[in-house]
Amino acid sequence: MSIKRLSPEESLALDKFAVDEGKPHIIVDKAICAHCSDRACLVVCPARLYRLKDNQISFEFAGCLECGTCRVMCSEGGVTSWNYPRASFGVTYRTS
Amino acid sequence: MADDKFDAIVVGAGPAGSACAYVLAKAGKNVLLVERGDSPGGKNVSGGRLYTYALEMIEPGMYQRAPLQRKIVREQIMLLDKHAATTIDYFDPRFVEGVPQSYSVVRAKLDEWFASEVEAKGGTLASGVLVDGLIEENDRIVGIRAGGEEMRSDVVVAADGINSLLGRKAGLFSDLEGHAVGVGIKETIELPDSVISARFAVKDDEGVARVAIGCTDGISGGAFLYTNKGSISLGIVFSPAQAAKQGRHIQEILQDFKMHPAILALIEGGTTIEYGAHLVPEVGYRGIPQRLHREGMVVIGDAARFGINTGLIIRGMDLAMVSGLAAAQAILQAKSIEAVGPIYIDKLEELMLLGEERAYQNFHQIFEIPHVFREVPKLANEAMQFLFTVDGRVPTPMVQGLMNVAKRNMSLGQILADGWKAYRSL
Repeated sequence: MSIKRLSPEESLALDKFAVDEGKPHIIVDKAICAHCSDRACLVVCPARLYRLKDNQISFEFAGCLECGTCRVMCSEGGVTSWNYPRASFGVTYRTS
Repeated sequence: MADDKFDAIVVGAGPAGSACAYVLAKAGKNVLLVERGDSPGGKNVSGGRLYTYALEMIEPGMYQRAPLQRKIVREQIMLLDKHAATTIDYFDPRFVEGVPQSYSVVRAKLDEWFASEVEAKGGTLASGVLVDGLIEENDRIVGIRAGGEEMRSDVVVAADGINSLLGRKAGLFSDLEGHAVGVGIKETIELPDSVISARFAVKDDEGVARVAIGCTDGISGGAFLYTNKGSISLGIVFSPAQAAKQGRHIQEILQDFKMHPAILALIEGGTTIEYGAHLVPEVGYRGIPQRLHREGMVVIGDAARFGINTGLIIRGMDLAMVSGLAAAQAILQAKSIEAVGPIYIDKLEELMLLGEERAYQNFHQIFEIPHVFREVPKLANEAMQFLFTVDGRVPTPMVQGLMNVAKRNMSLGQILADGWKAYRSL
């Protein structure tokens, strides 16, 4: 192996996750996001889980690194609920 | 007192929580240490470097049992532009004499060890338990709720990290603001220990801490590199507020930095094995909430937003431990539950944590000076290029050449204005 540029997906593939299927720990209201012009989430989420699809914000909770940046930077309140994943779910760091 | 009631419940087995629980357990208190990760450290990311004095305050000699990585003997400052890099290397073996000043650390190892020390002193560790809320009775916090169960204690110590949901649930403070935090992202890169020692010119148990500017696309922030045993921690801390305006994804900017020839030469042949992210408190003393306690509860560590970042010195874990010690001493000395909070604040002063925070209280303004993150490092490298270039032609006179480099990047007015702002911040 050698050092190479990693896409966000490739970066996340290195981490250990237990996904709580069907139980997102972060809730995003796209209707609110539709009126947001800042859309900081698109660039500040380290896992790049916020994407623009057909000019709408889409959010995928699997792969969340549980940092809280999206909640802190959300200007219009589109992140309506932010919690940690239930016990034994989410990311587990081994070397960080 | 009911049998199932603890003297203290500490939420979060990071450096703050484990330091507090350790001191309490050692003094014979009945302590429950709750951790949401499957094991302590599993949810944690740091640069990271630990200043050893904090462990020494908890218990002299304790650091010798800790799974620390390399003792830091080289402090380096790197200025990058697109093409080149200028690195200042301060080598000082005095930093590793006696009790070494600081060590690189890997949190999964450090936090797991520290929590095991709490258990060895008789504390109870409950890992894989997410605290859902607090139990409040007669305006006093009397315990926690987790997974439908209730656990009670005289005091709840919130060591639940920078996002401190408990501090907010207790009504002590409001959520973080974008300008008051940095978002840190980092890759752990595996490399043979012998390669690390050779590339950084250090002995096998010694290491390097490096900070770098000029690699953030002009966004307020900086990069870090720490040598561990068998790995390198490489990352960048950004102002998320500025990153949002700039528009390029921060993970992509980290990739640019990683692939910069001056960095690639250090990590070539390695393998990235993990990618992490974490928020850090970034405005020091001015970011600390007014209220850090109420009856039956105190807030410590990142949850209390203790942090010092001078650009060269980045501290969090040591302050976390000191605040854990302060809370433990307050709990041990208080004659009533109401007295714990005020004594905790006194202890933060006595242990000099607040004094240190105040000493650096204007430093964060340096990070608001606009040219520090692009123009200044570019100017430095172009000056170096001018000074070191030999091409067989008659060179521009020295002073004129350097003036040309400066003017290409910044106006004289900007240089003076930035210099004045920097002076005012120190």
